[in-house]
Amino acid sequence: MGQIKLEQVTKSFGPVEVIPPLDLTIGDGEFTVFVGPSGCGKSTLLRLIAGLEDITSGTIRIDGQDATNVPPAKRGLAMVFQSYALYPHMSVRKNIAFPMRMAGIPEDEQNRRIEAAATALNLTDYLERRPGQLSGGQRQRVAIGRAIVREPAAFLFDEPLSNLDAALRVGMRLEISELHKRLATTMIYVTHDQVEAMTMADKIVVLQAGVIEQVGSPLELYRAPRNVFVAGFIGSPKMNLLSGPEAEKHGVHTIGIRPEHTAISTESGTWEGTVGVAEHLGSDTFLHVQCPQFAEPLTVRASGEFPVQYGDRIFLTPDPAHLHRFDAAGLRIA
Amino acid sequence: MATQHSRSAARFMMAPAVILLLGWMLVPLIMTLYFSFKRYLPLRGGDLGWTGFDNYVRFVTSSAFWPSVQATLIIVGGTLLITVIFGVLLGILLNQPMWGQGVVRILVIAPFFVMPTVSALVWKNMFMDPVNGLFAHLWKAVGAQPIEWLSDISLFSIVLIVSWQWLPFATLILLTAIQSLDSEQLEAAEMDGAPVLKRFAYITLPHLSRAITIVILIETIFLLSIFAEIFVTTGGAFGSRTLTYLIFQRVLESQNVGLGSAGGVYAIILANIVAIFLMRIVGKNLDA
Repeated sequence: MGQIKLEQVTKSFGPVEVIPPLDLTIGDGEFTVFVGPSGCGKSTLLRLIAGLEDITSGTIRIDGQDATNVPPAKRGLAMVFQSYALYPHMSVRKNIAFPMRMAGIPEDEQNRRIEAAATALNLTDYLERRPGQLSGGQRQRVAIGRAIVREPAAFLFDEPLSNLDAALRVGMRLEISELHKRLATTMIYVTHDQVEAMTMADKIVVLQAGVIEQVGSPLELYRAPRNVFVAGFIGSPKMNLLSGPEAEKHGVHTIGIRPEHTAISTESGTWEGTVGVAEHLGSDTFLHVQCPQFAEPLTVRASGEFPVQYGDRIFLTPDPAHLHRFDAAGLRIA
Repeated sequence: MATQHSRSAARFMMAPAVILLLGWMLVPLIMTLYFSFKRYLPLRGGDLGWTGFDNYVRFVTSSAFWPSVQATLIIVGGTLLITVIFGVLLGILLNQPMWGQGVVRILVIAPFFVMPTVSALVWKNMFMDPVNGLFAHLWKAVGAQPIEWLSDISLFSIVLIVSWQWLPFATLILLTAIQSLDSEQLEAAEMDGAPVLKRFAYITLPHLSRAITIVILIETIFLLSIFAEIFVTTGGAFGSRTLTYLIFQRVLESQNVGLGSAGGVYAIILANIVAIFLMRIVGKNLDA
């Protein structure tokens, strides 16, 4: 069980309101990702749920119980920190055992759970080592192991992969996703990386300046972003957002078209431009195209290789079925 | 540009400083060793010739030797205990965000800048004087008989004075160690269900262990040789005579240079044993 419900939760640091009144329900067993740019309040929100910060007003319910004034240890939540926060003077075994020792769980039960977690996380050979002797990915797994053995109602992850190198990050992303499928426990995951959000989440919560911009499944957010901010944030490379005369042709303030929804031709098309930088990834080619009628260069995707050079003339045609329209306030027009 | 030429030039330039320092160390050491094998009584006949190890035997078998070692250990141990315990507590206190933090920190460090002689005199005359001291007034104010600090509980009083001087040092080192503790570790322990005292015992204290070792070893070296505090307060009376003070008395009060020098050699051996430990532990910490 691990349903978490925030009702009219606010947080102020002195006179600065970091999180204006906010409502959010996280269902049991859901993998929820909080995503947003740096300083958007996503980590603060996680710390409010964990109980490491006191909320200024509102109510937090865990499984229907009011947990607003319950101390962090009693909320039944386990957290994995960005710096892993392993205890450097304890062996891996003692690190994992620490929460159980504090809870007064009998020794043989402790050992049983440690063995189970170590097997699941490939840590069996490292149990007697100190955290200082482990690599980044192993430390991350120890931190997860320490969270698992508590058998919490929900896991909280605070940017757990940001200290790992790119290759390891992809691997750990998979491991965490698999762990979620196996345990089927509620997980809340904070990241600023929209790729992590898209690949892992059941439900994404996009935050900006403490305000929830949109909640939905990854594909809902991709297909129908509620406003310009979500449209620009979700998807890689970014959606091209165009305003001015071209948007007025569609009778709206801003139009958005994703790089992958633009047809490219060297002969004819709606917009004419010159090729800027071309990024060849093998599977895809991303072209940055400067069109005279737009201030910003457009990013477009071509499948596979696309033989153009810097300075070549090129024609772009947006797919009308995937054109996003936004009004002057930045909200989506269906 | 470390050519052969510039290296020998560098050696040549450094030579005066090195020779001066070496002389500074070696001359007193050799003179101490020289006198320790002599019967040398400046006011009673002067140099009376070689005596072999006689001085060494006499120094150790004197009835004042073991009590002086005991007094030394009590003063060093007591001061270490007080400075480390209160240093940790003060360090934690000063690490809390509060108004006027900078000023408070400077005030805490201030006792370290007061010369030992001055601070011992201030304590002796202003606080511990059984007639006019502040403590005496305090005791009288509650109707109690004032304690004669420096004669009744002389060792404890000296420990108190020395601790006051060394507390800032311990606090400073431990405060910086506490500041380097990752706050996420404490939060993780809080989430793991450890209440405040257990967080202190399982996370903060182990984190401070190295800093505490350093404080203990550095303080030990300096505390083994405290002198001014004893000289201006009890003058070595009331069981407050340390090894250092005993050597002073042998040389200057008994005018027995040979006997005192033998004591000095014992003190050098003791200090070196401690220094070896210090070097090894500091070196080990630098490796890690």
